[in-house]
Amino acid sequence: MKLDLHTLGPLVALVALVILGAVLNSAFLAPANITNVLARSAFIGLIAVGMTFVITAGGLDLSVGSMAAFLAGIAIIAMNAALPGLGSNWGTILLGMGVAVLGGIAAGYLNGALVTKARIEPFIVTLGTMGIFRSLVTWLADGGTLSLDYGLRTLYRPVYYGGIGWITWPIIVFAIVAVLGEWTMRHSRFGRHVEAIGSNDRVARYSAIDVNRMRLLTYVLLGVLVGLAVVLYVPRLGSASGSTGVLWELEAIAAVIIGGTALKGGRGRVWGTVVGVLILSLIDNILNLADLVSPYLNGAIQGVIIVLAVVLQREKRTVEER
Amino acid sequence: MKRRSLMKAAALMAAMGIAAPAVAQEAEKKIIGVSIPSATHGFMGGLNWHAQDTIKRLGATYPNLEFVLSTAGDPAKQVNDIEDMMATRNIDALVVLPFESEPLTAPVKAVKDAGKFVTVVDRGLSQEGIEDLYVAGDNTAFGRVAGEYFKGNLEPGAKIVVLRGIPTTLDNERVDAFRAALEGSEVEILDMQHGNWNRDDAFAVMQDYLAKYPQIDAVWAADDDMAIGVLEAISAANRQDEMWVIGGAGMKEIVKRIMDGDKQLPVNVTYPPALISSAIEMTALNFVSNAPMTGRFIIGSQLITPENAEQFYYPDSPF
Repeated sequence: MKLDLHTLGPLVALVALVILGAVLNSAFLAPANITNVLARSAFIGLIAVGMTFVITAGGLDLSVGSMAAFLAGIAIIAMNAALPGLGSNWGTILLGMGVAVLGGIAAGYLNGALVTKARIEPFIVTLGTMGIFRSLVTWLADGGTLSLDYGLRTLYRPVYYGGIGWITWPIIVFAIVAVLGEWTMRHSRFGRHVEAIGSNDRVARYSAIDVNRMRLLTYVLLGVLVGLAVVLYVPRLGSASGSTGVLWELEAIAAVIIGGTALKGGRGRVWGTVVGVLILSLIDNILNLADLVSPYLNGAIQGVIIVLAVVLQREKRTVEER
Repeated sequence: MKRRSLMKAAALMAAMGIAAPAVAQEAEKKIIGVSIPSATHGFMGGLNWHAQDTIKRLGATYPNLEFVLSTAGDPAKQVNDIEDMMATRNIDALVVLPFESEPLTAPVKAVKDAGKFVTVVDRGLSQEGIEDLYVAGDNTAFGRVAGEYFKGNLEPGAKIVVLRGIPTTLDNERVDAFRAALEGSEVEILDMQHGNWNRDDAFAVMQDYLAKYPQIDAVWAADDDMAIGVLEAISAANRQDEMWVIGGAGMKEIVKRIMDGDKQLPVNVTYPPALISSAIEMTALNFVSNAPMTGRFIIGSQLITPENAEQFYYPDSPF
């Protein structure tokens, strides 16, 4: 079997970054640092896997960062409210997790229904819901911060910090979701339909695919994954505010595109998205570890690497198409 | 939170209803516009809460005063807000906390040129002499007070790390004053990165500091939101006993922990979000009293210690 060279672009970039990091600072490859980077990547990672499906089906979702903040807010409010009745135990925490995931389903359904049933452009729908979710969480927090009760937090904390050895739960969940996502995209009927809709929705419709239902499902799936990310996010700092999850949507979209999924839809690559997420968090980590440039320029370095990673793929693709 | 402030407002109005007749009723209606950045992080959230609270209270106290509050997410929106206030609400005074100095200077000057009373809060305009009243916290003192505490409480040769805010002149003033206060001591600043006054960003930056430096004796987090993220990163790395953390601004959770004598948080430096209340109150007084209300009013930055923490603890504020 011949190796598809252009698909390896993001992987090459990732390996290069790992080598660069190891050369610049010996602490980079220490297990503690690897755990930090992977666990931090998990939130964007889960969201980006869902985003891969939405984008592959020709959609887009700008609301995920605000949605995460909103879901974290309502999960915290629900847990604090249930505390007097249920007490400080795992039941209360499971309730909070349930609220986050069900809220994610509802929010994803709202986005999807507005796109498919009301037939509004996904960019506009999710730009609208982005503002709505962000305002709602600021309003719920009264402009401040919603904090989880201290006792519940202590109980809930291991969900972010604990795990099997140095492999913490966020890393495990991210890995499982990534593998399931890759399988679904490659081998399930749903994945095939999503790709078909993204390449040409009219042909997909003639082929008896329920285009609207599939599109709606991609948004619901993304909502579930945002909910799951929130389940892992809340125990980290035990709080949510108007500044939670700012720009997560752009990081997730950037990771998807770096990974080789086409922004116009039709070609999705979940493992590429995972690589894209890791590239983005490694850049941050290396810039903090290395003092390479003035911190004012961190954003510029990130921008250059994002563009480079995509340019690399593009050149290889045109060579192949010739 | 909303319920509580509603109840409080109701209670206040009831109380003021008795006091109100004492105030001159026949005075003509004056409209005061208040333009502030929206609640994007903890400090601004507190500032927004205090602004709304003050407006509610003053509106009930002085029936002849009317307030227009607008919050903006970026400088361009703030300029639009101010133009709208002038065009459609015909304001008599403007209280403005400029998002950024440069873009807001000309629009605020236009308000002043139209003969309105202008109060500038916290961030100065880039041209002097426009405002009638300037109310601000003291960013230089904010950095200096923290720096002096580090200098006085660390052994020579101690190593510290610093988290900076969103890159702005305000952040520069604080950091420059902090550096100046440390001068002459043997304390070494290992690193300064931007945590953007955000819990999550500060958490990530602190994790990387901890991975990078085997010895850290103290952290200047420079903001209480960042301090929360920093503390969480330290406890995840199990290095609570090695270093202490100084935040800033006086968030209630942090002040509470200082009150309780937490070893990881020995002190805090104030930068009260309630400074917006001072500005709105003084602007209102300009219209309802004969007290002169022009000039500069600088609110000092004080050191919160376990001994005096109680007087800085506001359990009702969201910040």
